[in-house]
Amino acid sequence: MRYAMAIDTLKCVGCSDCVIACQMENNVPLGFCRDWVVESVHGTYPQVGLELRSERCNHCENAPCVRCCPTGASHIVDGGIVLVTPEKCIGCGACIQACPYDARYSHPEGYVDKCTFCVHRIDEGLDPACVAVCPTKCMYFGDLDDVNSDISKILARRKFKALAPEAGTNPQIYYLV
Amino acid sequence: MKEELFVSGRNIPNIDPYLNIWHWQIPLYLFLGGLAAGILFFAALFTIMGKEDQMYATVKKAPILAPIALVLGLIALFLDLKHQLFFWRLYTTFRIDSPMSWGAWVLMAITPLSFLWVASYAKELRPGWDWKYDILNKIEAFVIEKRIWLAWIIIVLSVILGIYTGILLSAFNARPLWNTSILGPLFLVSGMSTGAAAILLMSKSAAERRIIGGIDILLIVIELFFITHMIMGFQAGSQTQIDAAQLFLGGPFTVPFWVFVVILGLIFPVILEIMERLGVHMPVIVPAGLIIIGGLIFRFIMVEAGQITRYLY
Repeated sequence: MRYAMAIDTLKCVGCSDCVIACQMENNVPLGFCRDWVVESVHGTYPQVGLELRSERCNHCENAPCVRCCPTGASHIVDGGIVLVTPEKCIGCGACIQACPYDARYSHPEGYVDKCTFCVHRIDEGLDPACVAVCPTKCMYFGDLDDVNSDISKILARRKFKALAPEAGTNPQIYYLV
Repeated sequence: MKEELFVSGRNIPNIDPYLNIWHWQIPLYLFLGGLAAGILFFAALFTIMGKEDQMYATVKKAPILAPIALVLGLIALFLDLKHQLFFWRLYTTFRIDSPMSWGAWVLMAITPLSFLWVASYAKELRPGWDWKYDILNKIEAFVIEKRIWLAWIIIVLSVILGIYTGILLSAFNARPLWNTSILGPLFLVSGMSTGAAAILLMSKSAAERRIIGGIDILLIVIELFFITHMIMGFQAGSQTQIDAAQLFLGGPFTVPFWVFVVILGLIFPVILEIMERLGVHMPVIVPAGLIIIGGLIFRFIMVEAGQITRYLY
């Protein structure tokens, strides 16, 4: 099993509903977020292009945050989801330094926090909160090992990219372009 | 032209707009760890070579600084933690992939050994010293008898400690300025040269100062070569590394790096030390002090600047 997410940058309108849904679902402390929306503008008016990307932890296959963690608090569970065990985390900040996506933050209680792919919802057969609320249905979540899953089908059909693949992390959030 | 911004209003403390999760504690520790590694390395080296008496300050006096530096460094590391009550989790596991885990275990080993080393010379440094308890006297006698073994263990651990201070940073490929394998050797050499400078300050023997001074000159020349090599490597690297080197080549860290680290911390003191050997005498505090302060500033700059460098946005 290999969970992944595909996000259609051509459908996304940048409403940030995914961000609010995540903050509500996961009780993210005020002033922090586990996902965020980037607006990438290239060119100058009138020759201008725009890309909107809902970003989060890439649940990398070769996760540098897991490698550098001195206590094993950062770990990978079934389906390739990268999680943090708060009771093992000492708050040293190594994983925050190690993440090329700056997807981790120091929770006010001291431990490091990040996107969990809403593992508690996946276990119940639901989509992650961000995917579930998206009003444009631009996000696809599922198992890459299952060729019949929505995500496998859309990745087979569309062109896509990942963020900073040159960092060698093998990220699992795909952006349809 | 390309412009990227967070439209969802992300502004996380210490992460946006630039990463600044490590403050003064980490560079201070990297400096103290390197200093202690350098001092212990020379103490162990000259013990193994059987020169305890000629190298009095190196082997017996200066090592007093090592446990002090290590304890202060450990306090700094502890202060850096944000989930402090769980720090013991470091010692319930060993992660072979994690440089920080290596560092935690090496510190756990070398800190008590450095105390043992100093304690075994207590009677020589302070005649009339008594450990009061029989068991402590027995331990002392044992350590003195097996000192050569202790020296071998310490020399290995001190090299691991010294090189680890650099590898801790170089293992983060997300921070292009740190992600160079030369950083381990560079921090090792720099730590040894600050250690040698500390010994110079404590030595009263001209012959000993001449030997340590000569070693220090060699170390600084190697360090200058490594710094050149590091920047050349960046310039020949990927775009992210070219951008990282730019911080030192015209960017905001250009003046602090070249003036305080390279010129005042390395080139100027090495010239003074060479002049000293040629017979132009001056207070040893000048070159030694500059080397130590330069080493400290170097670590602050590397930690601060490295956190700014990134792949995205």
